[in-house]
Amino acid sequence: MTLFGYRIPMMASLIVWALIWEIVGQLDVIFLIPPMSAIIAAGFDLVQTNSWQNATLVTIRSFVIGMALAIGIGVPLGVMMGRVKIIDNIFGLWVNIFVSAPLSALVPVLMILFGMGEATIVVTVFLFAVWIIVLDARAGVMQVPASLVDMARSYGASQATIMRKIILVSALPEILAGIRIGVIRGVKGVVIGQILVAVIGYGELFELYSRSFDMERFWALTIVLFAAAMVLSAIVENAEKRIEYYAGAR
Amino acid sequence: MTVNALAKEDFDPASVVTHDPVVRVEAISKHYGSVEALRSIDLQFERGKLTTLLGPSGCGKTTLLKIIAGLVPATSGQIIVNGRAVTGPGPERAFVFQDFALMPWATVLRNVGFGLELKGMAAAERNRIARRYIEEVGLQGFEDKYPHELSGGMRQRVGIARAFAVNADVLLLDEPFSAVDEQNRRKFQEDLLRLVEMERKTFIFVTHSIEEAVYVSDRIVLLSPRPGRVSNIIDPRIDRTANPDDIRRDPGYLDVVEEIWQGLRHYAE
Repeated sequence: MTLFGYRIPMMASLIVWALIWEIVGQLDVIFLIPPMSAIIAAGFDLVQTNSWQNATLVTIRSFVIGMALAIGIGVPLGVMMGRVKIIDNIFGLWVNIFVSAPLSALVPVLMILFGMGEATIVVTVFLFAVWIIVLDARAGVMQVPASLVDMARSYGASQATIMRKIILVSALPEILAGIRIGVIRGVKGVVIGQILVAVIGYGELFELYSRSFDMERFWALTIVLFAAAMVLSAIVENAEKRIEYYAGAR
Repeated sequence: MTVNALAKEDFDPASVVTHDPVVRVEAISKHYGSVEALRSIDLQFERGKLTTLLGPSGCGKTTLLKIIAGLVPATSGQIIVNGRAVTGPGPERAFVFQDFALMPWATVLRNVGFGLELKGMAAAERNRIARRYIEEVGLQGFEDKYPHELSGGMRQRVGIARAFAVNADVLLLDEPFSAVDEQNRRKFQEDLLRLVEMERKTFIFVTHSIEEAVYVSDRIVLLSPRPGRVSNIIDPRIDRTANPDDIRRDPGYLDVVEEIWQGLRHYAE
């Protein structure tokens, strides 16, 4: 974007909004909105506390385990569904139900099943992320041109080789797109799970800050979370870009 | 110029003499559910010659080619290659696809060497062979390009180089030039004749273009549609030592084109 002939960097709008926030905060209109400067100061303060560091560790651990399960199960399941009609028939309906279902409603049930601890959070992350990963992997496998598979067969490739050298590589752009959306959903899952369980990780902190009306810290924590989700998404997006040269050219 | 009388109901493929057949098609039939695609096809393909399967769309010519390639199972009958019955793909046959079937994520060099890669050949060796065939089809300098950076004609050259690189006895070409524009098509047909001359391999070629068939073929097998049957076999016997433009104006060439058209015209809507 250019303004009066000057190039405005992308993040400029963020600064403008932060300024507006600061003004509103300084005017002391409502206690919900403290000045941005106070939030940032609280943020620096926050990241040095033991409770935040522990919460972060717990959160990252649940997220990583949940995502690893979602990818480790979701990608193979999606690939199988794309290749084998009967597997597609068995799981197709369920995947489509769960991908659009309001999964937050299930968390209380998960709490009963898995207890008030990390296991519930891991399962929540898994359930939030896995379905879209399955669906995208399936879509990627289904669009592999039949002639490419025929080509590999005609040159003597085994089923395993066709899977490894043709189908997985060809479906990679969709698989990665699914993982990127899965990661974003997984972040939602970990936060929603923790808030609903309310005794671990960021959920505990959110509970603590909102109950004590500590709005600076509340917002600081929110901003840290938003930034983390964006950074994660950008990392996967970057990996996607590297293989886009052929995805776009198919 | 010898042309068999055309489009008779009582045509007997067994009356056509074939020396040293490298591929024999014996009583091949193919059904897709209740649809009969091919009815008891008997054909022999002579070693070192280019035979074209020609017919209107729906006559099953691509199906027959894929059955010969081992990519599609026949409902009954058998395919014999070099004296051995085959049921699947084999190293003595290589296929050139209508839509090129190139891996978009791989360079020209890797695509051309892919058949050899699947055979487990070491990278240095297969790249050396691939480079030789890339040069032979006129793509030197494009080794490190990706398929989407090439024109349709160049992509099919990659597909042809890949088929040559595995050194199969029989090359199966499924309408290889149909996705190539007209100017390039002619150039392609001339190049194909040069490669046939140079490589001394057996070519089985599928097309729906009569001119193309007459121009490149030693023998043309005419298929009739629904169900596909052999309706005639024609040896155009064109003098290929002449210059390509003269061949296309040669009365003998034009006569064969006209006769085939007369034989096929009642299938056209």
